[in-house]
Amino acid sequence: MLLVVEQFLNGLQFGLLLFLLAAGLTLVFGIMDLVNLAHGSLYMMGAYFAATFAAWTGSFLLGALLALGATLVLGIVLEMSALRHLYGRDHLDHVLATFGLILFFNEAVRLIWGPAGLALPLPAWLTVPVPILPGIHYPAYRLAIIIVALLVALLLYLGVMRTRIGMLIRAGASNREMIGALGINIKLLYTLVFGLGAALAGLAGLMQAPILTVQIGMGENILILAFVIIVIGGIGSIRGAFLAAIFVGMIDTLGRAFLPNLLRQVLSGAAASTAAPALSSMLIYLLMAIVLVVRPEGLFPANRR
Amino acid sequence: MKGLSVSKAVTALMLAGLVLLPLYSSLSGNIFILTLFTRIVILALAAASLNLIMGFGGMMSFGHAAYLGIGGYAVGMLAQEGVGSGFVQFPVALAASAIYALVIGALSLRTRGVYFIMITLAFAQMAYYVASGLARYGGDDGLTVYKRSDFSGLINLSNRTQFYYLCLACLFGVIFLIWRIVNSRFGLVVQGLRSNEQRMQAIGFPAKRYQLVCFVISGTMCGLAGALLANNTDFVSPAVMYWTRSGDLMVMVILGGMGTLFGPVMGAVVYLLLEEFLSQITEYWALIMGPLLLLIVLFGRGGIMGLLGRIGRG
Repeated sequence: MLLVVEQFLNGLQFGLLLFLLAAGLTLVFGIMDLVNLAHGSLYMMGAYFAATFAAWTGSFLLGALLALGATLVLGIVLEMSALRHLYGRDHLDHVLATFGLILFFNEAVRLIWGPAGLALPLPAWLTVPVPILPGIHYPAYRLAIIIVALLVALLLYLGVMRTRIGMLIRAGASNREMIGALGINIKLLYTLVFGLGAALAGLAGLMQAPILTVQIGMGENILILAFVIIVIGGIGSIRGAFLAAIFVGMIDTLGRAFLPNLLRQVLSGAAASTAAPALSSMLIYLLMAIVLVVRPEGLFPANRR
Repeated sequence: MKGLSVSKAVTALMLAGLVLLPLYSSLSGNIFILTLFTRIVILALAAASLNLIMGFGGMMSFGHAAYLGIGGYAVGMLAQEGVGSGFVQFPVALAASAIYALVIGALSLRTRGVYFIMITLAFAQMAYYVASGLARYGGDDGLTVYKRSDFSGLINLSNRTQFYYLCLACLFGVIFLIWRIVNSRFGLVVQGLRSNEQRMQAIGFPAKRYQLVCFVISGTMCGLAGALLANNTDFVSPAVMYWTRSGDLMVMVILGGMGTLFGPVMGAVVYLLLEEFLSQITEYWALIMGPLLLLIVLFGRGGIMGLLGRIGRG
């Protein structure tokens, strides 16, 4: 029982983290029509910034805040210097150019921080287990991730659906020429959206940093999960990204936790222990394949016409 | 017409260079260059196979490295199980790649555009994780191929020169095949589908079936490259399937010139030589390579072949 609740919450926490990453990716794709592979690099930069700033200031929270700002600025600089020129180009061009950026970022990190990973230690008040149900404790930090991510998701929803900027963003997504003709500074809007996406990726990276080590290439595996989420949820749809992210987070975590035992009951011990790791890492891709067969446009496509 | 002749001249020069390379290597005693170029030729073969679906078919596969791994693992796993004959290993490698391409293609072709890019990427990554989970065959650490494929005296793969010429022959064979495919009725339909799928469907071509066959052919060709690569490195590991490798293949195709017959070969030669050259100058070669890719995308329309064409026209 304890294990089930704990793994369930771990799945939720991982899913919410994936959502932060996927939301930025899907926003940038939905609005600027830009495929940004370097999104994972921004996630990585968020983690590195946080580890560095936390070490400088001696405070986890202050470091996290500074890192958030730094990824926002980095995203804006990246958009203005390079990615802006890719709008309206072929998607293949986006893939190649941002692939180049990944090479650049990984190497730049290796040059600045060295090949060894960094650690981002947690303050004492975040390491205590918190009782969530009678008799069941859960690490405070993971609980904090769940709360922060849910808050950000709510803010994002309200921001996009209820504010003037959000209205402009949605308008820009459906017809960029028209909104430009109406006198809106579309370039600025795009830069802001990209910065927002970068900050979300940075937030995901810095929150994940204390759980895993901060290392080169950390953004790449998780970026592919974010792609899977976008494909399942429907490109450009934040709601779809949210639901698909929770779904993928749960399936991945629960699969890794419980599949080996389940298999052991069906297969012999040796066969189960060879098949389990491969099968549990395949689970979400199988899920994606099923979604593709049933609904090629994703479960919650953004613009139904 | 003059434009054509410049790119043709450069292509002919490059091909002549590839054919004569072992001669230079044995005269100068530079063995390293032969090893380097064996790798280049094999990856050029992989890039050429990718170009068939990407350049001619308009299917942007971001998971082509999966076939390198599948072909490689077919050789490695059979060798470990005591089947050393190349007459078994190579057909199995090709068949395994073809089956994988058939399944992945049937699923991926339900989508198009960016979805297709992401899905092929995700499936290749799945193959990567599956290979990492193969505890019996080395898992993450990979699998050493202790004995190269045995073609019972017909050709000795352990002889550097013979192996190089085998790879080169495979490359030329594949390019010849692609040339025949592209100019056949089948190839014209596939290219028509790239330009306008709706119209092709309206005049009665079953779009998905044509694209799927093309996808499978391309995957099978790349599986051949994988089998050769495993023989070249005497080793196969999940890393050959990692998604950056798929990205490398894409870059080679674009750099050389998408949708041209010899562009991918040119791209592979230039990209890998550049990588080799930069990594000798500085440990941090990717710091230069990354922005260079960005610049090539922004300013280098049509790749090297396009550039040569423009030079020719003056």
